Amino acid sequence: MKKVFSRPRSLKSTPFHYCAGCGHSIIHRVICEVIDELGIRGNTIGVPPAGCAVVAYNYFDVDMLEAPHGRGCAVATGIKRTLPDRVVFSYQGDGDLAAIGTAETFHAANRGENITVLFINNAVYGMTGGQMAPTTLLGQTSTTSPPGRNAILDGHPIRMSEILANLEGTAYIERVAVNSAQNILRAKKAVKKAFQYQIDGAGFNMIEVLSQCPTNWKMNTVDACRWVDEVMSKTFPIGVIKDTGKGRKDAD
Amino acid sequence: MKARIVIDRELCKECHLCVQVCKKSLIRTTTELNSKGYHPVACMENEDCTGCTLCAISCPEVAIEVYRER
Repeated sequence: MKKVFSRPRSLKSTPFHYCAGCGHSIIHRVICEVIDELGIRGNTIGVPPAGCAVVAYNYFDVDMLEAPHGRGCAVATGIKRTLPDRVVFSYQGDGDLAAIGTAETFHAANRGENITVLFINNAVYGMTGGQMAPTTLLGQTSTTSPPGRNAILDGHPIRMSEILANLEGTAYIERVAVNSAQNILRAKKAVKKAFQYQIDGAGFNMIEVLSQCPTNWKMNTVDACRWVDEVMSKTFPIGVIKDTGKGRKDAD
Repeated sequence: MKARIVIDRELCKECHLCVQVCKKSLIRTTTELNSKGYHPVACMENEDCTGCTLCAISCPEVAIEVYRER
């Protein structure tokens, strides 16, 4: 019998430290599959964030350079400008990209840096124990918003993808989810297109991934996946937010 | 047998996403323990697996390998 599915070559055999059912591990695998399919393993440099994925370099079999909290886009900019022939991606969570690193992300997007950003949105601060993040939904409970997020007190959830899509420098922005096999396949297609856009020199591109966090949402894994569909995607609608078509047509 | 899956019981964290996704309900929960203290899932031995790879795509731990004729 022929092997039709196995661990991608770019993904090391190290077992993931993530919680059971976590979206991070799925996204790691999807990125590695894309790196394998595009044949860019020796040519890719990743930038892991602070947060749950802080030790992402233990899993990716590509060069990685750890960024200070929130500075993924700034570090990726430096790498890309020094080594323009490399494929550079920054892997960031919502606390990293939408809170402490908003300025770096915003200006990298505005400058149209030719990098790919993987924005993992799980609507809470995962690693520190489930505090309220800028992306926490209205009414969602977290350890720092026990009665649920209140718009008057805490403001509204930030839709980073929509904000960045308004900037001239961004080439391609899509929001995907990894809560079902179908959505994982769509996410893979989007990540592949983003990498292809970068290779074609289209400019700043970002994939926002709605990622389930069963531990901090206090749900089992199946309910967490359902919650992404039924609740989270109402605030963060899934789909292409901006596509300038600057990449090659066959990127689809 | 058209297809079969191999589950790495040491990698399994019993999130049970594969159990939910299998159209033929071929993946079952077990009461065994692996070295991390999880109860890994197991695949029932029969002819029904079509090798659709949905379980492997959903598995966060990359614990499932799929083999298929042709």
